[in-house]
Amino acid sequence: MPSIGRDDVARLADLARIQLTDEEVDRLSGEFDAIMDAVASVSEVATADVPATSHPIPMTNVFREDTVTDTLTQEQALAAAPHPEDGRFGVPQILGEE
Amino acid sequence: MSIDITASAAAQAAALRAGEITSAELTAAHLDRIDAVDGDLNAFLHVSRDEALATAADVDARRAAGEELHPLAGVPIAVKDVVVTEGMPTTAASTILEGWIPPYDATLVTKLRAAGLPILGKTNMDEFAMGSSTESSAFGPTRNPWDRDRIPGGSGGGSAAAVGAFEAPLAIGTDTGGSIRQPASVTGTVGVKPTYGSVSRYGLIAMASSLDQAGPVTRSVEDAALLHELIGGHDPRDSTSLTDPVAAYAAAAGRKDVKGLRIGVIEQLEGEAFAPEVTARFTESLSLLEQAGAEIVRVSCPNFAYALGAYYLIMPSEASSNLAKFDGMRFGLRVVPEESPTAEAVMKATRGAGFGAEVKRRILLGTYALSAGYYDAYYGSAQKVRTLVQQDFAAAFEQADVLASPTSPTVAFRLGEKVDDPLAMYANDIATIPANLAGLPGISLPSGLAEDGLPAGIQFLAPARGDERLYRVGGALEALLEDTWGGPLLAKAPELTGESR
Repeated sequence: MPSIGRDDVARLADLARIQLTDEEVDRLSGEFDAIMDAVASVSEVATADVPATSHPIPMTNVFREDTVTDTLTQEQALAAAPHPEDGRFGVPQILGEE
Repeated sequence: MSIDITASAAAQAAALRAGEITSAELTAAHLDRIDAVDGDLNAFLHVSRDEALATAADVDARRAAGEELHPLAGVPIAVKDVVVTEGMPTTAASTILEGWIPPYDATLVTKLRAAGLPILGKTNMDEFAMGSSTESSAFGPTRNPWDRDRIPGGSGGGSAAAVGAFEAPLAIGTDTGGSIRQPASVTGTVGVKPTYGSVSRYGLIAMASSLDQAGPVTRSVEDAALLHELIGGHDPRDSTSLTDPVAAYAAAAGRKDVKGLRIGVIEQLEGEAFAPEVTARFTESLSLLEQAGAEIVRVSCPNFAYALGAYYLIMPSEASSNLAKFDGMRFGLRVVPEESPTAEAVMKATRGAGFGAEVKRRILLGTYALSAGYYDAYYGSAQKVRTLVQQDFAAAFEQADVLASPTSPTVAFRLGEKVDDPLAMYANDIATIPANLAGLPGISLPSGLAEDGLPAGIQFLAPARGDERLYRVGGALEALLEDTWGGPLLAKAPELTGESR
């Protein structure tokens, strides 16, 4: 696998929507290769004939009874909102970004 | 009768039922203990004194009126801060959730409240349960009651320390890669990670949804069984919840008989990676079980060598997705940068300021493992290893009824010792991770004192849905060991004379 440098870490942080300081980018890019090397051994045994497991105890089509249950009130749902407005979640400008 | 906060939860419950003590007295005694020792230990992030006392008074009144109550009614409990509690702060030990009051209860909390267990407060942990030492908490580390310069394990170090220091007789933990069992091991307490789906995950702040499981943190195997019976069972609000009825775990814990039980020692979980005295206590425990009629066999799980790698791909991948919801839009912290107050900039600033170093590290690792071009090599391969680990377990359980290993490779290490070395920190989970990958249940109980006079733990694993076996072998070994020690291991812990809260 290719080495992961400062630019790669900055790009990942951008994708993950996390603002990092220069110092954080330095530290994380210094650690990344060692961690990925340590975990990359999985590919040694993960051959084509081995099926993947995504869930420890497989289940399919899980439904609950179709009965009416309580939900949060609008007031409860908004109680912890950083900027509630007119009974809704107030969010910053989302259009007109690059 | 005087209040004995060092008694087991079962004994405290019996004293309540017999009318020898009241829940108000018992709860107040635990709150006093928290006041006296938690300034030093920092096991609690929030203490809910008034609410706990109100629940206690209510239970006492109902008992006095002759109402039929749950056997554990009136016994106080502490809850890990990754479990949401209505009206009570829940932070997952992260700045991004500081001050958040959830509008609902986790299903397991609903059950605790319905059974009348006063909730003493919320316990400290690694931030979003990411760590093995409680040092990544945004609110300072918890200290080990056996030695305050040492870690209490993690991520659930607060719950284990609270129970070990007699601040609470019972606690709730969550275990994604060992976060219930490893803290139990290094604090001389008992912890159970149930079969995946045995306890509802509704209301747990998710780290890795296919690995997370809540379970009991206690001082005895019987107490763990009683608490598991209370919080277990099907929940329609968790689509991965098992529909099986809750088995008689406490009866299994009380059986104290291992005749004919086949115990498999996992070849890959012994040797140089494990400290000599930790290994010695493990071997002695097996000898006691053998003398009591168990059969010790050796099993091989060759793919365990890849389990740690698979875990540190799957867990960060799932975490990177689960933690996307902390974006400053609907709840929690919001940081608005002056120069560019757009939604994307707010999300970045909020997450940059609100998450700690380990959380950022894991989100980036997960983002990388899931990114185009690397997905098959990393995440895809890790999921295949998961299959291989399950196959290893299936083969081992043909030869044995339960499997055994030391829980943690060492006794508690010193605060700060591994905090700058993520790979060394991750290696603490070598023996506990395979059970999470396969969804199997595991228990850790004290095996004795090892290096530096500190506790070590022994772990037993059973097939999925075989939790009863853990209580059977755990209850039996605990009784055998306590005979040799002349009482519980925690009786050997140093007296806490620390600074008050």
